[in-house]
Amino acid sequence: MLSVLTDNWKLFVDGFWTTIRLFLVAGVFSLVLGTALAGFRVSPVPALRGFGTGYVNILRNTPLTLVFAFLVFGAPKMQIELPSYFWSAVTALTIYTSAFICEVVRSGINTVAPGQSEAARAVGMTFLQVLRIVVLPQAFRAIVPPLTSVLIALLKNTTIAAGFSVAEAGAIPAVMAERGENQVLTLVWITIGFLIAIIPLVLLQRWAERRTAVA
Amino acid sequence: MSAVLYDVPGPRAKARNRIANVVVILLVLAAVGWVVYRLNASGQFESRRWIQFQYTSIQQQLLDGLLNTLKAAGLATVFALILGAVLAAARISDHKWVRVPATLVIELFRAIPLLILMFFFYYGNLQWQLGIGPFWDVVFGLTLYNGSVLAEIFRAGIAAVPKGQREASYALGLRKNQVVRLVLLPQAISAMLPAIVSQLVVLLKDTALGFIITYGELLYVAKQMGGRLQYGFPYIPTYMVVAVIYIGLCSLLSLLARYLEGRSRRRRKITGAPPPLPITDAGDATREIGLS
Amino acid sequence: MRMRTLVSTVGVAALALTAAACGKSEPSAGGSGGGNASDSCGQLHKFTTASGVDVAGSPTFTKIKSAGKLTVGVKADQPNLGYKDASGKRCGFDIEVARMVSAGLGLDPDKVEYKEIPSANRETAIAGGEIDYYVGTYSITDKRKKQVSFAGPYFIAGQDLLVRKDDTSMDAGKTALKGKKVCSATGSTPIQRVKDEQLTEPSNISEFKTYSECVSQLLDKKVDTVTTDDAILKGYAATAPDQLRVVGKPFSVEKYGIGLPLADKALRDKVNSVLAAGEADGTWKAIYDETLGKSGSDSTPPPLEKY
Repeated sequence: MLSVLTDNWKLFVDGFWTTIRLFLVAGVFSLVLGTALAGFRVSPVPALRGFGTGYVNILRNTPLTLVFAFLVFGAPKMQIELPSYFWSAVTALTIYTSAFICEVVRSGINTVAPGQSEAARAVGMTFLQVLRIVVLPQAFRAIVPPLTSVLIALLKNTTIAAGFSVAEAGAIPAVMAERGENQVLTLVWITIGFLIAIIPLVLLQRWAERRTAVA
Repeated sequence: MSAVLYDVPGPRAKARNRIANVVVILLVLAAVGWVVYRLNASGQFESRRWIQFQYTSIQQQLLDGLLNTLKAAGLATVFALILGAVLAAARISDHKWVRVPATLVIELFRAIPLLILMFFFYYGNLQWQLGIGPFWDVVFGLTLYNGSVLAEIFRAGIAAVPKGQREASYALGLRKNQVVRLVLLPQAISAMLPAIVSQLVVLLKDTALGFIITYGELLYVAKQMGGRLQYGFPYIPTYMVVAVIYIGLCSLLSLLARYLEGRSRRRRKITGAPPPLPITDAGDATREIGLS
Repeated sequence: MRMRTLVSTVGVAALALTAAACGKSEPSAGGSGGGNASDSCGQLHKFTTASGVDVAGSPTFTKIKSAGKLTVGVKADQPNLGYKDASGKRCGFDIEVARMVSAGLGLDPDKVEYKEIPSANRETAIAGGEIDYYVGTYSITDKRKKQVSFAGPYFIAGQDLLVRKDDTSMDAGKTALKGKKVCSATGSTPIQRVKDEQLTEPSNISEFKTYSECVSQLLDKKVDTVTTDDAILKGYAATAPDQLRVVGKPFSVEKYGIGLPLADKALRDKVNSVLAAGEADGTWKAIYDETLGKSGSDSTPPPLEKY
């Protein structure tokens, strides 16, 4: 059982390292884009609100696989070039995940007591100042648990990149099949890998849940 | 709600917002125009790339693909609801030896990427010649994952019923089975319904993973159509059509979820039933529920 | 949001209706699309169905007889080889071989039932009786001989390179692959050979589910070459001769066989004799010229390996 892992150690390490890079890069981009979108959705400019709503509604109802397919097979057809399949995957994951992050952040904004932003406005803050200085810092604390859920989903979703020529953890089974290794054991090891990768996120979540429960 | 974030705009702010509005609309139009221009310049609107849609056999294939998608999603929904109910019942059991394994199972299947779950059935079948096709790989994968998520939704829904109701029922001498069946579930269901339906959106979308293990669902058909060199690799036209179908279907379900949420919120005002569980569709609704 | 959703839903319904209303059953060759006549599968070869055939001691043949139909595993995405066109018709060299064998077994080749079986599932499908035999660029190897039996070979292919027409940098064949972006099907033997012999750097290797996806990436200049058996590549080159060409320096030998259930020696002998007859009377040459031969290269039938 162990030899499946040790004989192919490099394949597993490379695969999971790519998974983690995908997760981190797409995670950071999604957080930025998702927060911006949430800002759009609560902004005083109707067109921005409309754009934010349209974006979220379309992306949340589209399979991630289709977003991938569009970027990998569609984009080059219209001469939109991404440097590599890795970056195509990062773009697909970012476009998709940011819609979910937007919704989490928006519901977080709604949890901040209205009196807070009213007070902030009373001292003369603009919309952006209210959001940046008063609302978002408080909202982020409340949304860490649901945000972590979205990030866990992102981590698991990276496996879809395997269908689009990115050699991450989800692509290991195909190589192992070709090598004639035991595929079910391979999958067991991949599962263990994902469990290990998810643990820090779950711990973060539990910690944040405890903190908000007290606050 | 968000209106409290900014003052009611005065004349200057109004003017500013109007300018911002126009700028944003222009930007969006410019972006859309650029995409359309690129599509046109690269010949994506040429009729040879669209002609396949005219053939009855292709329409049949698309329809078959759609039916395969719905078939897998439908069957997986039924199985996942059953599995979810069983796991949830075990999860709230008073016996530790039932509760702990159920919790472990739920946590495990929620942590494994769905594609890897499907791979277990797919490669397991190849390795042991179980004689199950890609259809069942997809259905079983979807069932295990969504069943676990639904179990947590069920549990959270029951937990959301005010404690006093449970205590009152026990005080009346009802057994646990009766308390759950007669008092808690009827109220919990209306609170859970929106979250359940939006989880079904996730399930429906995830059928699109089936193409990776060669299940002939809608996206698989689309890739076949797009992969025809004779028609200039019409990936973009086919994906556009398929995207409209997916977005249409999922939007219908999402709409239903919102409607149920609104209804349950209204009903709550009247009867004091528990509030609806938050809808997340993040593929992992339950963490958020844990918060509430 | 409600309005938006409604609009998109109505859109889908309208689309489905219009599509249904203007359905065409036959692709109009060279019609409004401006595509060429090879868009669709043309006339298939006419075979004479043998009569009174019996294969004594073949459980598969008994099963075929009692079911009254033949189920053959094929590929559907390889132009001129194993292909299904937009109207649902199948054609190509492998399809013709499958039909030739059907006629030889005394079953109407026009009534063969085809099943698309992905490469990874071929052995399972044959062993499990899902199909009666398999014809689809199936290389005879010792490893596979342990799971299925092979009639043939009916064709000899070799791993080659498909490049963009104007790209001459890989004309030396496999030695010129260093630094080039190479694409092939996920987990396929050709891509494994590229990896094992380190013909290019690992970071330059791309793998997709189908060869079509690789060819698409080749035309979009995301990869430099697609590598697999020349028979498959010729099919693409014959479809778009002004954009693609095959280098023509094969660096492996792939003997295509007909996959049969492992234990059924009687059927294997019968299929071999059907192949031998077809090669002797010129049928093999005729179906080659009607399909793969259109790419311009000639070929002769290989000697059968009876074991």
